[in-house]
Amino acid sequence: MGKKVGRFFLYLFLIFLAVICVIPFAMMIVNATRSGAQIMSGFTLIPGTSAKENWDLVFDYFNLFIGMRNSLIVAIPATILTAYFSAITAYALAIYKFHGRNIIFYVIVIFMMIPGQLSLIGFYNLCFKLGMINTYWPLIIPAIASPGTVFFLRQYVLSILSPSLLEAARIDGASEVRIFHRIVLPIMAPGIATMSIGAFIGNWNSYLVPLLILTSPPEKFTLPVMIASLNSSQDIAANQGAKYMAVAISIVPIIIAFCFFSRYIISSITAGSVKE
Amino acid sequence: MAAKKKEEINLTDNMQVVNEDTEKKVRIRSKLTSYNRWGYAFVVPFVVVFCVFSIYPVLRTLYLSFTQYKGFGTPKWLGLDNYIRVLTDKIFWQSFGNTWKIWGINIVLQLGLAFLLTIIFSDIKYKVKGLSIFRAVFYLPNIIAATSVALLFQALMDKNYGSFNKIIYDASIKLNKTFSFIPRYKMVDWLGDKNTAFLIIAIVAAWMWFGNSFIMLMASVQGIPTDYFEAAAIDGANRWKVFGKITLPLIKPILLYVAITSLIGGLQMFDLPYLMVRPGNQAYSSIRTAMMYLYSFGFGNNRQMGYASAVAYILFLIIFAFSVAQFFLFNRKEDK
Repeated sequence: MGKKVGRFFLYLFLIFLAVICVIPFAMMIVNATRSGAQIMSGFTLIPGTSAKENWDLVFDYFNLFIGMRNSLIVAIPATILTAYFSAITAYALAIYKFHGRNIIFYVIVIFMMIPGQLSLIGFYNLCFKLGMINTYWPLIIPAIASPGTVFFLRQYVLSILSPSLLEAARIDGASEVRIFHRIVLPIMAPGIATMSIGAFIGNWNSYLVPLLILTSPPEKFTLPVMIASLNSSQDIAANQGAKYMAVAISIVPIIIAFCFFSRYIISSITAGSVKE
Repeated sequence: MAAKKKEEINLTDNMQVVNEDTEKKVRIRSKLTSYNRWGYAFVVPFVVVFCVFSIYPVLRTLYLSFTQYKGFGTPKWLGLDNYIRVLTDKIFWQSFGNTWKIWGINIVLQLGLAFLLTIIFSDIKYKVKGLSIFRAVFYLPNIIAATSVALLFQALMDKNYGSFNKIIYDASIKLNKTFSFIPRYKMVDWLGDKNTAFLIIAIVAAWMWFGNSFIMLMASVQGIPTDYFEAAAIDGANRWKVFGKITLPLIKPILLYVAITSLIGGLQMFDLPYLMVRPGNQAYSSIRTAMMYLYSFGFGNNRQMGYASAVAYILFLIIFAFSVAQFFLFNRKEDK
């Protein structure tokens, strides 16, 4: 009997916590369909009728789909670069014995612990000198060198790849480049996919660096920069419904994607952490 | 490289006189030792980009921290002046204090909740089900961009328009009708009040991150071999003993990892406070984090990049010291 009551309260608590995680998004969707006056008058869970007006108000100010397109233009190449170059670097560090490989590995570990703010000013200054301000290059090219991903994939290669497989391929006369692309890359695919999910989400949500690099015109902004700059629009600040609508447009696609891929996304979080 | 290749060819040429079997062996051996050279070729793109976009900026920031620099022209050498100015600036210390205040509340809530959930889901008596569904729901806020979350809560917590105040207000009116001793709710300006703004930001940050911490802790619990628990059950250990003697010690490394990564991330907190409370707001000075302070000097209207660089290095040294301290603190407990 006591066990049943205890279990009931545990589930009640868990459901309560789950509701807290979801309710702000539900409120957002409802409010996105209501006018400023309706929102002012009180909260209900019944959708309003002003979705169209709110939508138009947002898009009069910004075309958020251009922001999404820009975010994809940055996030997709950056993710591919991180995946490919982290894999090839991790493989080389794990398998080949060459001078300096330990130094590279130690530098990678050190840089994993260094907070990003330490390079921020120097990075901006470098991009400024290279004439890369207001281009996407500073958001894409650095993705080639992602220490955290290399660190993880190196452990992954060591745990999954058997050296005898490589030796067999070498005896058969396969070149090293061919061995990597035809044999190693497919074997590493699950690990690479896991890390790519995390890299994509990170790139998609990134705010501070795009904020510094992309200053004008607004048509170049990535989605987070665009959403954040809505704050300075008087029209939208005056109409809360439009603000909810803008935020909803940025969030709903992610929630839908999460419903389908949550299993993979969650496995990508734990994969990045230290494991025995 | 070319010379070595020639040698290899010469070697194989000479081999033609020897019988075929030895020839094959030698060729294989020379191939096996020379393939390591490919390591250099494979790491070149990473090393080049890493040096240019990671190592150089860190060193450049270090150099600029000793200079006066507006973002263009030649930096003027100042020595340690910037560092002295940072350490004697009251606003820096206020921003630094704000960061700790927000992070401190956030980490207590975030790790506390994550820990509680880990206890619940790893309890041997209740055997709570539905882990994968709850885990996904708890993680949901973490996948949304902090910018969108900031704007959403800015709207929800608004004094006059915000749904949060509306719900409390409507409820208080209803209660007031039946129980007259319950006063009507007076709208609180959650994000405009010095006493609440930092609290709201800390709670929102915890809301975003507790699911992430929970997943990390839970994954390490699931990594514990089940025989440990079975053996404990046979020995008649109760659930608190199992938790304290088996689960807790084994998830300690992950707990440390979560705490350190949260510290590194938390002390750089920027998006949430920067977007939820705008300059001009009464509460602004109470939520300005160290990162916002750095941003305002490095990228604000009157750019002082040298000064901002010194801020970055001082913050780094402090974070580094605390990470090391945290590490030793955890390890000492383990020795007992």
